[in-house]
Amino acid sequence: MDPLLFDAIAAIAKILFVWAVVLAALLPNLVLLERRGAALIQDRPGPNRVGPFGLFQALADVVKMFMKEDMVPIYADRLLYNLAPLIMMIPALTTFAVIPFGSQIPLTIGGVTHTIPLIIADVNVGILYVFALTSLGVYGIVLAGWSSNDKFSLMGGIRSSAQIISYELAMGIAATGVFLAAGSLRLPAVVEYQQTHLWNCIPQLLGCIIFVVSAFAETNRLPFDLAEAEAELVAGFHTEYSAFKFGMFFMGEYANLVAASALIVTLYFGGWSLPGLALTGLWGGIASIGIFAVKTFCFIWLFIWVRWTLPRFRYDQLMALGWKAFLPLSLLNLLWTGWLVLAGGGKF
Amino acid sequence: MGTSEAFLPILLMLVIAAVVAVALLLLNALLGRKVRTKRKLGPYESGLPLLDVSRKRISVKFFIVAMMFIIFDVEAAFLYPWAVVFRKGGWPMFGEMVLFLGVLFLGFAYLWKKGAFDWE
Repeated sequence: MDPLLFDAIAAIAKILFVWAVVLAALLPNLVLLERRGAALIQDRPGPNRVGPFGLFQALADVVKMFMKEDMVPIYADRLLYNLAPLIMMIPALTTFAVIPFGSQIPLTIGGVTHTIPLIIADVNVGILYVFALTSLGVYGIVLAGWSSNDKFSLMGGIRSSAQIISYELAMGIAATGVFLAAGSLRLPAVVEYQQTHLWNCIPQLLGCIIFVVSAFAETNRLPFDLAEAEAELVAGFHTEYSAFKFGMFFMGEYANLVAASALIVTLYFGGWSLPGLALTGLWGGIASIGIFAVKTFCFIWLFIWVRWTLPRFRYDQLMALGWKAFLPLSLLNLLWTGWLVLAGGGKF
Repeated sequence: MGTSEAFLPILLMLVIAAVVAVALLLLNALLGRKVRTKRKLGPYESGLPLLDVSRKRISVKFFIVAMMFIIFDVEAAFLYPWAVVFRKGGWPMFGEMVLFLGVLFLGFAYLWKKGAFDWE
């Protein structure tokens, strides 16, 4: 087969695989898991009526969103109002392109063995691409808040943008430590580095904590969900949204959650690798996908667990934590990692 | 793969995502109910009639945060290339960054003392 054609087919297959797992299998059931998890923590049954254990609840919700009325408020800016959910959703879905979700799979077709690396696009800018797309998602929130022409929406949008840019700084600088150790911005290189060295979460514990907490702020999850803050802002930036446009914000938020978990696993917890396992060949490749999925799932559960356990921050506390604590600490983590690499005698 | 070819799958992904997202919105517009009333289309105001304009002035604090973000983000942009080639540079490179971060820290301390990080 023509290698170019093969690459194209492999790329499409990988995109479809990732989206099938994330969109079709994970997202709807994640909402159910969140609600059942909340019920577990709050000692109540949760949604358990639709199908066995409430498993069809997600399906029912999606159908409901399609059947609801899609309306645009009269005072809203029509173009931006319609565009905002798309700006939120599309970057959230394309973040997965640079995250390696497994080692590689050898495939023999017509006597020729092709090796398919399990990553959609192995670009040399790697993490910069992720940060660029996360920043684009902010526009979705701000435009939604502004274009709705509603006081609650505007407040939620502005709050959220200030929060996300504040924590993006600490997050970016904390991640720099990882790239300093790996010597590359490519995420597969980070995983390779962690195969031969300690996982980054051990020497860079400080950076890891900063990154994880900032990820909570970036995805607008409790204890940092001041963009919504239903007690004061009704529903925050999506107060005026209904039907599937609301559904897109909802799905975008969960897609961001999955992407953030996958990113934490890749940067700090060895990605698809396990210490002492070679993971070669067809079965090794499949096993690596499984390992990656289990690790990612642990962090998704952490997000849910924290959301239903901690109370919400006050806005001044949120800003103080981001600027006064995380920013200097992330720079400290960077210097510490640099010192470790130079003085560690080749161990780091 | 450092060439632009490596970005083709991303372009493909963006196109598919955009097409699917727009298709879903259109489907919703087709399937959804259409009962429009003036009350329903008005902005949400906790049940009260709309009293004044919604786009009011925003606290200056948010603008200060935006300015500080620009300053520190530019500095973060300097850190990335430094981090990638750090292993080739060794101690001299470490010293340079300590100097750079030292100057940056002076600015940070100044901002802190001026109260730019306080939300009160």
